Amino acid sequence: MNREQTPAGEKPTGNGRLEIRNLSMTLGGKPILQHVTIDFWPGHVHALIGPNGAGKSTLANTIMGLAGYQDYEGDVLLDGESLREVPIDERARRGITLGWQEPARFEGLLVRDYILAGAKNGSDEKVRDALLRVGLDPERYASRAVDKTLSGGERKRIELASILAMKPRIVLMDEPDSGIDVDALNRIFDAIRDLKARGATVILITHSLTVLKQAEHAFLFCNGKLIDKGSVDRIGRYFENQCLPCDHQDGRESLSPFPVRES
Amino acid sequence: MSENSTIRALFDSAGLHEPGTDTARVVVHGNRVIGSRLVRGLDVDARETADGIEADISVRVGARIETPIHMCFGMLPETGKQHIVLRVRMGKGAAASILAHCVFPNALDITHSMDAEIEVGDGADYSYFERHVHGREGGVLVLPKARVRVGENARFKTEFELIKGRVGMIDVDYETYVGPGGVLEMVARISGRGNDRIRIGETGILDGEGSRGVLKSHIALRDRAKADVHNRLVANAAYARGHVDCKEIVQDEASASAIPIVEVNHPKAHVTHEASIGSVDSKQLETLMARGLTEDDAVERIIRGLLS
Repeated sequence: MNREQTPAGEKPTGNGRLEIRNLSMTLGGKPILQHVTIDFWPGHVHALIGPNGAGKSTLANTIMGLAGYQDYEGDVLLDGESLREVPIDERARRGITLGWQEPARFEGLLVRDYILAGAKNGSDEKVRDALLRVGLDPERYASRAVDKTLSGGERKRIELASILAMKPRIVLMDEPDSGIDVDALNRIFDAIRDLKARGATVILITHSLTVLKQAEHAFLFCNGKLIDKGSVDRIGRYFENQCLPCDHQDGRESLSPFPVRES
Repeated sequence: MSENSTIRALFDSAGLHEPGTDTARVVVHGNRVIGSRLVRGLDVDARETADGIEADISVRVGARIETPIHMCFGMLPETGKQHIVLRVRMGKGAAASILAHCVFPNALDITHSMDAEIEVGDGADYSYFERHVHGREGGVLVLPKARVRVGENARFKTEFELIKGRVGMIDVDYETYVGPGGVLEMVARISGRGNDRIRIGETGILDGEGSRGVLKSHIALRDRAKADVHNRLVANAAYARGHVDCKEIVQDEASASAIPIVEVNHPKAHVTHEASIGSVDSKQLETLMARGLTEDDAVERIIRGLLS
């Protein structure tokens, strides 16, 4: 993917600006996010990388406004407006959506109806187009149920098809490579490029260097803190050399307090 | 009202079209048979009784009836009683399915009961799809009871579904014995609201070697509706396989209980079960809301899927 560099200190402008402002969250007495501030660039692909438990998924769930992730300090802003009181469905109507690490199963709900759930002016043609974009044969899949007869990888691709049909402005994708074979992963990467080409902001949550390489900007998380940000190559190298294995998974304070650096 | 107008009124209430002339059919209003048509291989002997009908339906040995036989049981008045006694005999190697619409669009106090004895001969294939259309007030007491024998390598499938109106009260009581290599599938999909009461009691006895059975009850409840599901699957022979699936979504002040009973009496048999009762799954709900559906629309779709 073409990695554009953004000038240091420059703030994103334009439609679909997502800003995280000094966000902190505690769950069960444990700090999960601590003073996180990020500006996401509209139309760019971002990766939040870090070991398990670093707070990446918590941040994604908070941006989406899921139940259990609404009690936080700081703010999440879309185009300068706070999302604090905005429910999930309204956030989705404003263009934000989330792809789960393990997509839900829906007994009896057909793939076709699932894909059209978020699409405006849905049609069979739209279903067909969305399935083809994730490499699934519409004839084989459109009339199947989104249930346990589909593999995890198939459900992941079908979820992505539903996201593509929705034409969102901001897509959060939690562990897009989870439970996916190589071929399916390449289809998912194609879809990420497709979303970017349509002007969507993509935020990948990952601890995989392969997924990281799809991004243009990287944000390194550890123990609920954003500890560094910058180019994919630099953050990727650091993550590979210093974070695998992670020294901090026992919950101790970060041993070396890395400064957050600008790109 | 003429018989033709009664048939039309019943069909209109259920949103049905008049079937083609190649479709066998029997239409019963109250205790009168007001329409019937037979096809080759099918014999129907229906007699009126004081409060319903008694019917013998048989499909001859080897006969295969491609188009579902349409039966319509119903009553247009608000009150009354309709008791159906049904004896079905599927000859060896025969195949047929019955689509039965039970239509009570104006019911306030109607009892609709059925006592059925069904014999599915060796190698035969019989499906019974029961679709209910009730009024907005419920007002129907539905008591379907059936004893079924499924022969060697035969198949029996039944589906019970309320497609329009309110339940009222339903008490399903089915018991099926399955022979060697036979297959049983019993499915109930019902949505209850108001003060509806639903009781499902389905029993499958897998007596034959290699027989298979699935009992599936999917129920959605809201308001103050109640449901009790007692599904029992017994495996008595080698390589008998079965599964019991009870799923109930409960909203508002509704309540539900599910008791899947599995019994295995042969070391080479295997029966599994799953039961879940609860509100709408939060992950499903949030997934659909994250695509922009309102909470109500998302719940509606999840329930529609469960009942489809």
